[in-house]
Amino acid sequence: MKPEVVGINSSNNTLLRVEGLKKYFPVHRGFLQRLAGRIKAVDGVDLEIELGSTLGLVGESGCGKSTVGRSILKLIEPDEGKIIYGGQDISGLSRHEMKPLRTEMQIIFQDPFGSLNPRMTIGTSIEEGLRARGVRDRAKRTKRVEELLEMVGMATGAADRYPHEFSGGQRQRIGIARALSVEPSLIVCDEPISALDVSIQAQIINLLNDLQAQLGLSYLFISHDLNVVGYLSDGVAVMYLGQIMEYAPAQELYENPLHPYTQALLSAAPRPEPNDRGQWATLSGDVPSPFNPPPGCKFQGRCPLVEDRCREAEIGFYEPGQGHKVRCWKF
Amino acid sequence: MTTAIEQSMNNEILLDEPLAPKRTRRQEFWSLLRKNRLAIWGLVTFIIFFFVALTGLFLTAGTNPIMDPSMVRLQEKLRPPMARPNMDTLKSVEIPALGIYLFGTDDLGRDVFARMLQGAWVSLTVGFVAVGISVLIGIFMGGIAGYFGERQFRIDHLIVAGLLIIGIGLVIANIYVWGNITFLAGLLWLFDLIVRRKRSNTRRGPTGAGLLQKNALSVDTLIMRFVDIMLCFPSFILILTVIAILPASIYNIMIVIGLTSWMGATRFVRAEFLSLREQDFVTAARALGVGNFRIIFRHMMPNAIAPVLVSATIGIATAILTEAGLSFLGFGVPPPHATWGNILSDGKGFIFDAPWLTFVPGFAILIVVLSFNLFGEGLRDALNPKLREGR
Repeated sequence: MKPEVVGINSSNNTLLRVEGLKKYFPVHRGFLQRLAGRIKAVDGVDLEIELGSTLGLVGESGCGKSTVGRSILKLIEPDEGKIIYGGQDISGLSRHEMKPLRTEMQIIFQDPFGSLNPRMTIGTSIEEGLRARGVRDRAKRTKRVEELLEMVGMATGAADRYPHEFSGGQRQRIGIARALSVEPSLIVCDEPISALDVSIQAQIINLLNDLQAQLGLSYLFISHDLNVVGYLSDGVAVMYLGQIMEYAPAQELYENPLHPYTQALLSAAPRPEPNDRGQWATLSGDVPSPFNPPPGCKFQGRCPLVEDRCREAEIGFYEPGQGHKVRCWKF
Repeated sequence: MTTAIEQSMNNEILLDEPLAPKRTRRQEFWSLLRKNRLAIWGLVTFIIFFFVALTGLFLTAGTNPIMDPSMVRLQEKLRPPMARPNMDTLKSVEIPALGIYLFGTDDLGRDVFARMLQGAWVSLTVGFVAVGISVLIGIFMGGIAGYFGERQFRIDHLIVAGLLIIGIGLVIANIYVWGNITFLAGLLWLFDLIVRRKRSNTRRGPTGAGLLQKNALSVDTLIMRFVDIMLCFPSFILILTVIAILPASIYNIMIVIGLTSWMGATRFVRAEFLSLREQDFVTAARALGVGNFRIIFRHMMPNAIAPVLVSATIGIATAILTEAGLSFLGFGVPPPHATWGNILSDGKGFIFDAPWLTFVPGFAILIVVLSFNLFGEGLRDALNPKLREGR
């Protein structure tokens, strides 16, 4: 098969397109704080999110998932690559030029305790988005806050209360209401459920699903929980050490994982049947340091199928099936 | 997976959660403050002192005051508190207004009660204004260092600043031609920098300017090294230097004490900001497009202010005592005027013969500081939403 080095998906209905996104964090060492090297947190990521769809982004801790999410919102300044939102390249925009786009993209956080200002009432926290958008009329803002609270399934009386009076799941709902306050089209969900109880997780997932159906939202759903991602997402991208290893429509990826890393991930995910030991081998070894990643395929050190050529050149994407892309020679 | 019906049931359950009737925030603040007995005592004491100081200001001011704090009666010197004046040796104008030396007299026979009244206003205002100035500067500098700390000054920024400062310096030193040329050059360059920054996002200047565009030092480094430099000077000597240049008046002293004691607050605020900056709620505010100023003062400052409030209450005592030290050295409030500080320092030569000269102002300072401290602590707790009970 001919190697085909392309972005991950292409269709006309694109909301967000990320091309070759890179973010290296400099590391300073020693007395004079000399530049000792760079941590390659994100090393060339291509993504595409269609209008009204959900892209799942999975990978283990430290693989750069969150950095991708925050770079897209320009909360972290990317070093290289393009972020094209609705046809406009936003990667070079200044803070001021970003302001109109702030109403388009929002983020939900993992930690429901750190994501709300402890000294601000819920209402004020949600109002901040409306204020920033220039809604001057106080009565209008209050009314909108009540609407938003209802939309996420909270009592409207919650607006006058402080974050510590709520449970984790309720706070997560408030975080969602805050993100919705500016009527965004895209929401980056940065592991929104991994800090919650399983029963609450289900509630939040259903809430996200309902909101998507109601408001036509698009999600970039970052998580390490494969089951949840599989349930929520239309497409799933698997990330390892700053690069995307495999991309496929959700069902295809779960039924027919091709990349050895994806296979290992899926075999490690808990299954409802206790006697099902899984069909793929588990991995040995550790993730190499992003400070000094190996040349060639990032996965070579742990790959059961490693060959000499894996250690030499960077590998592009191969497309063995319709919309199914793999960063591996084998296909 | 969950059906739509189950989903809506989940929502119903959440909506049904009982919420107690809600008091307004002010009501809640007062009820919480009232529960803290000590804080209320602190507030009441402080208000009493404030009114005493205010009446003292009227009773002791003017050419012919009701209670004259500078009336010298050498025959009545070092009388203990509650002593009756010896009517035989006093002229009628010299008899104290209360008919009794409430707090005794000092080594010149001046009525300590009248002097305390006169000094109260000065000492209280010195304490509060000086601490107010230092806290304001501290919050501002700490906020900038903590929030914008990672921004870099480039070498050309520094050169521009240098040109401007040297230009102004030369003009002040009466070298007008060179001073103006340097200043104008700096101004032009500054203008150029601003224009270029607005025009494009790319940081590329003309070729060969690469060296000038190198990052030289960060905002955080600049501010915190300046703090370190200020801390290196013994602050009292620094104050003396400035006072020597400026005319001695109460207001100059307040300002100077304020300007030399902001470093602690800066460090507190910066330290808090460094940890707050990484919290998700700040990121969320940035994602919503909230302005930098609003993020600093509305979102982060309320979470960072507690340690500053506590150190400010102690700072008030320090400011009162610093003023006392300055008065003692003759740099403070000019002599006939009494302050708690100079009563204290004048009296320390007689501490065994006339202990009331040190104890009376000492206790007054202690009570003011203590009451403010207790009130400050109560205020801090009452403002903390976690301690409010709203359910």
